[in-house]
Amino acid sequence: MAFVVNRKKLTLAEKLYLPAILSGLAITWKHMKRALFGKGIITMQYPEEKWDKNLPAWYRGAPTLVKDETGRERCVACQLCEFICPPRAITIEPMEIPDESRWRKVEKKPREFDIDMTRCIYCGLCEEVCPEQAIFLRKDYSITGLSRDQMVHHKDKLYEMGGVMNGLVIKWNEKK
Amino acid sequence: MDDLSNFISHFFSPAAWSFLKAIGEACMTPLGFLIWTTLLKSAILLGIILGLVSYTVYAERRVSALIQDRLGPNRVGWQGLLQPIADAAKLLFKENFTPKNANYFYFRLAPKLVMIPPILVMGVIPFGSSLFGVPMTIASINVGAIYVLAISSISVYGIVLAGWASNSKYPFLGGIRSTSQMISYELSLALSIVPVFMVVGSLNLNTIVQYQVEYGWMIAPFWPQGMSWDSLLHPTAAWQAILAGIKLRHLLLWIPLIISFFIFFVSMFAETNRLPFDLPEAEQELIGGYHTEYSSMGFALFFLGEYTAMIAGASVITTLFLGGWSFPLIPDGSHGWFWGLVNIAVFFAKIIALLFIFIWVRWTLPRFRYDQLMKLGWYFFFELAVVNIFLTALILTYSK
Repeated sequence: MAFVVNRKKLTLAEKLYLPAILSGLAITWKHMKRALFGKGIITMQYPEEKWDKNLPAWYRGAPTLVKDETGRERCVACQLCEFICPPRAITIEPMEIPDESRWRKVEKKPREFDIDMTRCIYCGLCEEVCPEQAIFLRKDYSITGLSRDQMVHHKDKLYEMGGVMNGLVIKWNEKK
Repeated sequence: MDDLSNFISHFFSPAAWSFLKAIGEACMTPLGFLIWTTLLKSAILLGIILGLVSYTVYAERRVSALIQDRLGPNRVGWQGLLQPIADAAKLLFKENFTPKNANYFYFRLAPKLVMIPPILVMGVIPFGSSLFGVPMTIASINVGAIYVLAISSISVYGIVLAGWASNSKYPFLGGIRSTSQMISYELSLALSIVPVFMVVGSLNLNTIVQYQVEYGWMIAPFWPQGMSWDSLLHPTAAWQAILAGIKLRHLLLWIPLIISFFIFFVSMFAETNRLPFDLPEAEQELIGGYHTEYSSMGFALFFLGEYTAMIAGASVITTLFLGGWSFPLIPDGSHGWFWGLVNIAVFFAKIIALLFIFIWVRWTLPRFRYDQLMKLGWYFFFELAVVNIFLTALILTYSK
């Protein structure tokens, strides 16, 4: 069914276009006058002012590794994150857990765990795929370095950024 | 004086000293005086204009920021005042890249053709009355207004050449748009100021300013003759002088002059490629238009050329319609060097006010559509300008 949109007949003032220009100029003038006295400015002076406190809980910052409350590395070097990582930022070299270790029954842990932050796209797939809840995207967003080497986060750095995460994964508890 | 010259002469060999003396004497002959004052004026004006250009860019960024509730550049120096210098240093150190299939000669010529004409235009603009008896115009020529129109149209060649020589589609489209826009607007630009010349009876910009000193600015031609600080002290005399200034002829002439000012002002936006007529460089449609392929100083010349054109345009508007360097109750430079400086300051204050309006309008209005722009130029401004000429002629003939 044809639907006819009724066009409004323009008045002379609207056809002339000048009153519209003048009212537009009045609006921008009002904004400028207000901003000139520092009111209504929404700019945030970045390095001095930050939005950190208002970051949402689900914010996806730099990926990090976590330990559990007993100090055990949660990562079991299954390499699922390495395989799912779209830009191939993660490189894992697994190792066997020695016999004398308390966590012998876990069998594997990473010897090297490198995340190349020049490649990372903060997609969060590693966090999603991890069966052990060992890798989490935390709230660090300004990752900088003076060389490509500095931009690679090694295992120590990842654990330092990740810290301790409590809860959930309990299947490696020796009492079970 | 002789002691001083004797003292200075010790520092030079006799031959060099007599040479310097000869130069000094040559400078005091009328021709020599004209040459060195003109060179000095040119150098100072060029310095002022280029400084004003870079700070217009700064003003544009700050004002646009304020209009959009932002802050703008405020880091380099106090309130970001050194930003233009930082920008210039950055642009100088960038690579001056020429695309592989560009025509090298025309590609490099184009930015210069955009930058130079607006500077040349400033050569005939009276930017002050006189200072120490030297008239503050670099060249007071009798075809001043025609020269301004002719020279300022040259810069469109720069844009067209850039569009063509880049051998790339976006600059090409920008060049085409620029050509048709210029054809549409140059006509009404030139025709709209004919009434001014009819009223004044001269094309010399100095004469036009002098007329406005006597009869009031072209947009408000009511300034009574013989008004001064003294007459303000006698209210009745002042009142009579004001009444004497308002004549039927002036009231009638006001109509065509306001129309003429309006057309010229709007056409100047198109001439300088400013919003709402910035179709040749529409960022959103043509990714920069004619200067897409330029980098480093090539780009800087286009960018600064636009602002120089704004300044040249603002000074033409000021000279033709806003009384040039004159301001009510401020005497001209023949009353002492102080007033000469004040006149120059008044001229540049008017230019800065106009530049602010240019910027203000840019951040208020959206871009015209292409056909709307052509329609406005050909169907509306062109006719209005032609009719305006006849209207002025009728008023000048039949009113005394």
